[in-house]
Amino acid sequence: MNGIQPPTIEYGQLSPLLLVFGAAIVGVLIEALAPRYLRKSLQMPVTLLGLVGAFALVLTVVMQGVPTKAAAEGAIAVDGPALFIWGVILVLAVISVLLINDDNEFVASAAAVPGTPEEEDAIAAGGAHTEIYPLALFAIGGMMLFASANDLLIMFVALEVMSLPLYLLCGLARRRRLLSQEASVKYFLLGAFSSAFFLYGMALVYGFAGTVSLAGISDALGAVGGQNTLLLIGAGMLGVGLLFKIGAAPFQAWKPDVYQGAPTPITALMASGTLVAAFGAVLRVFWVALGNLDWDWRPVMWGVAILTMVAGAVLAITQTDIKRMLAYSSIAHAGFLLTGVIATGAEAQNALSLKGILFYLVAYGITTVGAFAVVTMVRDAGGEAGHLSRWAGLGKRSPALAGVFAFFLLAFAGIPLTSGFFGKYAVFAAAVAGGAVPLVIVGVVSSAVAAFFYVRVIVLMFFSEPAPDGPTIAVPSVGTAGVVAIAAAATVVLGIYPEPVLRLAEDAASTLFIR
Amino acid sequence: MELYVPILVLAVLAAGFAIFSLTIAPFTGPKRWNRAKLDAYECGIEPTPQPVGGGRFPLKYMITAMLFIVFDIEIIFLYPWAVAFDALGVFGLIEMLLFIVTVLVAYAYVWRRKGLDWD
Repeated sequence: MNGIQPPTIEYGQLSPLLLVFGAAIVGVLIEALAPRYLRKSLQMPVTLLGLVGAFALVLTVVMQGVPTKAAAEGAIAVDGPALFIWGVILVLAVISVLLINDDNEFVASAAAVPGTPEEEDAIAAGGAHTEIYPLALFAIGGMMLFASANDLLIMFVALEVMSLPLYLLCGLARRRRLLSQEASVKYFLLGAFSSAFFLYGMALVYGFAGTVSLAGISDALGAVGGQNTLLLIGAGMLGVGLLFKIGAAPFQAWKPDVYQGAPTPITALMASGTLVAAFGAVLRVFWVALGNLDWDWRPVMWGVAILTMVAGAVLAITQTDIKRMLAYSSIAHAGFLLTGVIATGAEAQNALSLKGILFYLVAYGITTVGAFAVVTMVRDAGGEAGHLSRWAGLGKRSPALAGVFAFFLLAFAGIPLTSGFFGKYAVFAAAVAGGAVPLVIVGVVSSAVAAFFYVRVIVLMFFSEPAPDGPTIAVPSVGTAGVVAIAAAATVVLGIYPEPVLRLAEDAASTLFIR
Repeated sequence: MELYVPILVLAVLAAGFAIFSLTIAPFTGPKRWNRAKLDAYECGIEPTPQPVGGGRFPLKYMITAMLFIVFDIEIIFLYPWAVAFDALGVFGLIEMLLFIVTVLVAYAYVWRRKGLDWD
């Protein structure tokens, strides 16, 4: 009895993933075995070493030549785009972890009801949930796997590994506990619902193709040419699950609530890392598996992209909370990125779109983490000063901080000389080349609408009188200051001299997704 | 269509029995009030009255149930491996050890953080 061949697993290619998950498991062990006072000082180095080491391993894989065949029996594709996305996620993760490391953001005892003696006791005892480090690592590992999954089953597992820790982390804000718990429950319920859609869609597509591998689905498509009920319903449901994760309209409702309630460092991690990972998965499903079905999904995606851009830009105008405004801005940006997803065609066109999307993700991700880092520093007595009216006159009281934030907002708006300009330019240029001109017109108009509310915040900060009891600017920890500095530097450098990163994105995109 | 007739008959019978029993029970059964009848069944929290501010309620049962599921899943994976142990060879052994070690780490966490203590 020796009929089962052991699978070949390319450990070298998968090493970045394995290292991140390994570091997470070490983190759990530290939680189990180390005494309370040592935990934080052990967790931080383990987390950072894991992430930086994984980044080094990504570079090693690239040096050894980008693989041309899917790893682990075709389950995971470590191709050019995947390696690029891994690198981006790891960079964003490192700077988000620096932000997470700030003491002030997380609750002392999540189980205590807000405002009760139990909670006061936990704060007095200096309690802290150092589990946030391994949880964040699991989420980051899930993001990496999500973007590189080459079959739907692995993609679903990755989706859950990514989402479950994030649901938990959302509920751990130190202040405004009820809002945080509400965010956690909302995200969990809606996320579970969308996962169910994904799973059902996966089952239907399996029913059609007889396989869950993306390449296999693509092969099965050739035979029917998109006229199969199982396939169409399944593809639609997969789309619902994935579009939920990027926050595209009409599945955007969770984003403002969750972004507002979650601890701001976690919001930064979600807004950057999850978006990058989810776009990796969207591209893989719609380009690799359903690439030959584009006559069916393209019209739907047109609608979704237009709706997302318009809803994000218009609803952001009415927001009075800075985090909610950034959430709606993130929805609008997801819409801009979707124009790139739609602009497919011949191989050269696909590479062009992919390059634009990859560059956009880098530029947007880093600026986002920086913007949320600034949000953590503007504080009232009750925590962060979320309401926009509290930001009035910030430019007169703290010109440097307000200046940096204004710069981030201009980058979101896509003003030349910021990274956002080249990101938008690359995606819109690819969309024009791909024949999606009306979409680009909608995109440019919504960008203009979006610029209005970004500039409104800048005007509020610099041209109105500061309130007498205005918020204080917290003295940033080294980590937070570092994050703001890195993000600002990256936004400037990518805005003035984007060629190296653009070339990197081009190289990564040139191989397209392997099958 | 005739194939479905027995199923339809069964469904009608089942629904009829359920409706009949529920309708007849209030008239035929004895009514003796008892405090235990209003309690949560076997375990769980008292739904009313709620303590001020929501209060805290014990998670003991839920943690036990979740731990049971974790180790139950571990066993489910162990069975097929044990059945095909010789066919899977060294590779299977190593993978299984890795899997068990990973679950063991979670177990160590629960144990050290007093998830296994009842009181």
